[in-house]
Amino acid sequence: MAKQHKAVALISGGLDSMLAVRVLQEQGIEVEGINFYTGFCVEGHTHAIRNHDKDKQKRNNALWAAEQLGIKLHIVDVIEEYKDVLLNPKHGYGANMNPCLDCKIFMVSKAVQWVTENHKNGFDFIITGEVIGQRPMSQRKQTMPIVAHESGADDILLRPLCAKNLPATKPEIEGWVDREKLYNFSGRNRKPQMALAKAFGFSDYASPAGGCCFLTDKSYSDKLVDLWKGRGSRDYDMDDIMLLKVGRHLRPKPDYKLIVARDGGESKFLQGYRKQLPSIQVISHNGPLTLVDGSFDSDDYQTAAGIVARYGQGRDYDEVEATVTIPGQDVVTIKVKPLTSEQVREEWHV
Amino acid sequence: MSEFELDARRMLCPMPVIKTQNKAKELQTGDILNVICTDPGALSDIPAWARINGHEFVGHDQQDDELIITIKIG
Repeated sequence: MAKQHKAVALISGGLDSMLAVRVLQEQGIEVEGINFYTGFCVEGHTHAIRNHDKDKQKRNNALWAAEQLGIKLHIVDVIEEYKDVLLNPKHGYGANMNPCLDCKIFMVSKAVQWVTENHKNGFDFIITGEVIGQRPMSQRKQTMPIVAHESGADDILLRPLCAKNLPATKPEIEGWVDREKLYNFSGRNRKPQMALAKAFGFSDYASPAGGCCFLTDKSYSDKLVDLWKGRGSRDYDMDDIMLLKVGRHLRPKPDYKLIVARDGGESKFLQGYRKQLPSIQVISHNGPLTLVDGSFDSDDYQTAAGIVARYGQGRDYDEVEATVTIPGQDVVTIKVKPLTSEQVREEWHV
Repeated sequence: MSEFELDARRMLCPMPVIKTQNKAKELQTGDILNVICTDPGALSDIPAWARINGHEFVGHDQQDDELIITIKIG
């Protein structure tokens, strides 16, 4: 009996990776999915912190896609390893702090590692939903061979949606996969994918790939660069990644910044960090919880609390009462005059 | 059969799923795992993870802002 060849698919949760999997399943190939969590992945939940996002669908797109496809999904935490990709990208950054090409190489190399470890279970090759010309950095005709080569995947990396535009890979040469039944999609026009989705009966799927990483977002990237500048070193941890996604960030002094909740949902989320970071809360009026990140002492209390008061319901009062809580110390209560909108300088906003 | 608890409080998805997945690898078929979460998204994701990976979502309990999601290892 002929050996049953199996593939592992990089699953982002977007339409292209779903299509790539289904194309192979149609050929009788058994597929399992792998999804890498860098900490920067955009999920419905990350947006669901805010009050107005409460009604958004709370699902992880990769898990949801795997369930639609009837495949197992392995989610791998690569937060620590990913630091080197982000901090030292060999191929540089895109428009913001997005190291897309290095990221793709990294993820495919991790999939190679997974296939090597699971070869005994029949896994021989890797598939992705990449399409030539779809993304300006990582999915160009010139960069496709770079991903295959530098990841170590070489000819076991198959891109079913654009395979006919690329040299044949081992699964095609060996006859595990029928090249004639693969596709030749290219460019940013998504009509062919939409048509294939319709043919496969996919009516509900996450937005097309691209909006899947916070690093492609200018505002997020600006906050990350500001964090490094404020600390004098290019490093981060998981809490930093999370806190960059939440609140209004203001840096009135190089030494510290304020993370001001924009609504009750964010205040609730920031509560979880009060044992780690200093916090400011106006207590005489309703107002946002604010965390302080950096070096902060009593000389800064008036300015910092004045800014915080600006974003609360006491903003038009001559004076409000606020507490400053430093972890491990007694809570300090102060009276402060809320800053006017003109006094909150534009350059403080990160 | 034994019962285990996993603390995934304050973690945002998919971290509770990753922690659950990694813990499940250490457990035996039939073991019960109670995952304590604060991210409401976990209530969608952990059962989905269980379904596609051959485990059983037994149910959940809400206590104030905490969710306790119970999985039976398959």
